Amino acid sequence: MLGNIIILALREIRRNVLRSFLTILGIIIGVAAVITMVTVGGSATAQIQQQIASMGSNLLMVMPGKRMGAGMEAGNVLFKEDDAVAIARDINSIAAVAPVSTRSLQAIFGNQNWTTQVTGSDNVFIGITNRAVKTGRQFTDNELRSGAAVCILGETVKTKLFGGQDAVGEKIRLQKLSCEVLGILEPKGQNTMGMDQDDVVIIPLKTLQRRVTGNQDVGVLYVSVSNNASTEKVQQELSVLMRERRHLSPSDDDNFNVMDMKEIAKMLTSTTQLLTALLSAVAAVSLLVGGIGIMNIMLVSVTERTREIGTRLAIGALEREVLLQFLIEAVVLSSLGGLLGIVLAMASSVLLTAVLNVPFIFNGSIIIISFLFSAAVGVIFGYMPAKKAARLNPIDALRYE
Amino acid sequence: MSSLSTSQPLTRAEGAIIELSGVSKVYGQGRAAMQALAGVDLRIDPGDFVAVMGPSGSGKSTCLNIIGCLDVPSSGAHYFEGVDVGKLSHNQRALLRRHYLGFIFQGFNLLNRTSALENVELPLVYRGLPAPQRHERAQQALVAVGLQGWERHTPGELSGGQQQRVAIARAIVAGPVVVLADEPTGNLDSARSREIMEILTELNRKQGITIVMITHESDIAAYANRTIHFRDGHIERTEHNGGKV
Repeated sequence: MLGNIIILALREIRRNVLRSFLTILGIIIGVAAVITMVTVGGSATAQIQQQIASMGSNLLMVMPGKRMGAGMEAGNVLFKEDDAVAIARDINSIAAVAPVSTRSLQAIFGNQNWTTQVTGSDNVFIGITNRAVKTGRQFTDNELRSGAAVCILGETVKTKLFGGQDAVGEKIRLQKLSCEVLGILEPKGQNTMGMDQDDVVIIPLKTLQRRVTGNQDVGVLYVSVSNNASTEKVQQELSVLMRERRHLSPSDDDNFNVMDMKEIAKMLTSTTQLLTALLSAVAAVSLLVGGIGIMNIMLVSVTERTREIGTRLAIGALEREVLLQFLIEAVVLSSLGGLLGIVLAMASSVLLTAVLNVPFIFNGSIIIISFLFSAAVGVIFGYMPAKKAARLNPIDALRYE
Repeated sequence: MSSLSTSQPLTRAEGAIIELSGVSKVYGQGRAAMQALAGVDLRIDPGDFVAVMGPSGSGKSTCLNIIGCLDVPSSGAHYFEGVDVGKLSHNQRALLRRHYLGFIFQGFNLLNRTSALENVELPLVYRGLPAPQRHERAQQALVAVGLQGWERHTPGELSGGQQQRVAIARAIVAGPVVVLADEPTGNLDSARSREIMEILTELNRKQGITIVMITHESDIAAYANRTIHFRDGHIERTEHNGGKV
């Protein structure tokens, strides 16, 4: 008997292809939207967390300029190398300090040129920003002290200037400075702000100061806090020390600021998560609207089908047989809608993550949740109106206009 | 009657197949109450062919609904093969319809977008017959009403007369004891009406199926053995026809 009722239900779906499709369209779109939003959002968040891990542990950046206000003010007092030495000497729980200055310069090799960030620093900078030399070698102490004409290239610069060729040992030109390539850095990819971290040339700080900028200034101090030490405490001590070194009276505002890279990254993560939650909420609304669509079509079709229900009852169908048929129709339709939605969601998630350049991370639980929701909506709204119709006296159902 | 199930037919009692005794039907309550039937006594024997006539509102449709176990009397008793139908549950009445009755409606009431064969098969589906037997019996029923070759057509592709013949095939496919027809020719021209009536007469004569038929036209009623005239909820008079054809 159950087999026969299933056949009746499937026949009914098959002979009303358009109505069936309209019924499940809302579910398809709703399920696909929710899964896509949650999956893409989750992938973006995961990527940011991955980037935080790659940024270097417990990194603080000391920058000149006031914290508030738009950008750097004119007449900022820059740092000197002595500041880095003082920080390393006077503050406990510090693993390493790297003074850094950067200039945007054109790098030239043969007939290739590429404008990039030239960073003057030392081997410590490479270490605390979680970089590593892939081929070739780091600077020697001698090269750092004497300001030798040597450089280490990021992957992007190497590719732009040398293509597939070997770069180590070659000489490139940075403005008027001709320097020897010592090594190539391990690729790092984009940072949280979407900047290419491999678009970089590192030279000794002294070399930059003497041969490019012509002064002793240092733009930024990178401070790496030891493991297990409190970043907040070091941040405070740094502030006290720098105020002292810059001779600020208690009434003066800081003319420098200490940024915690992790804090920034965390902020970005929470922003991404908030956005994901927002988009998911919008998607959830579309799933709800899809559910209402199903309800509508089911209601309308049951009204249309009341006479049919009457005929079936008059012929000798039991109330429960009519109900079972409608239930099976609803289950089959909403499951089909859910499955099609999942297929669509997988396709659009893979596509979107590829376009947004984030890793695709499969999220099984949201698939199950939205599938169950769609099935529940379909079954409830498919079943309830049918229950109403099947309770009717067969005569009333037959006369229904 | 407690042994009534989907697969086991009842043992058939001797005597009248349908008996109404003092059947009244009141719709609504209080002042709005409407007396559709007022004390109807009727006895129909197996193999009878009864036409029911009367102006609209005379209670003939209500009477047919009660005979068809679609409705129960407010008072009085309706016996089907000696069983008091008023004491049966909703489901038991559905099973009674499934196994003993066939319906032909004025508006055909076929399933749209559904082939003639599948429409005729429907009562057999609820009887739980396996597909090959369903096809065979539905096919036979369609042949019996002269619709061989039209099995795959949907109601939309059939004429009114053909649709009514599909409905007749559906009513007889399960081998009913009684066929109830509510104005079976109401929507048809006289030539189609004659065809339908010939089919019904043949079912009555050759297969011994009891037929109760509502009609407005006396020449249609003339096919029956007798005509019962309803007026104001009771039987006004009964005419015995010689039977036509």
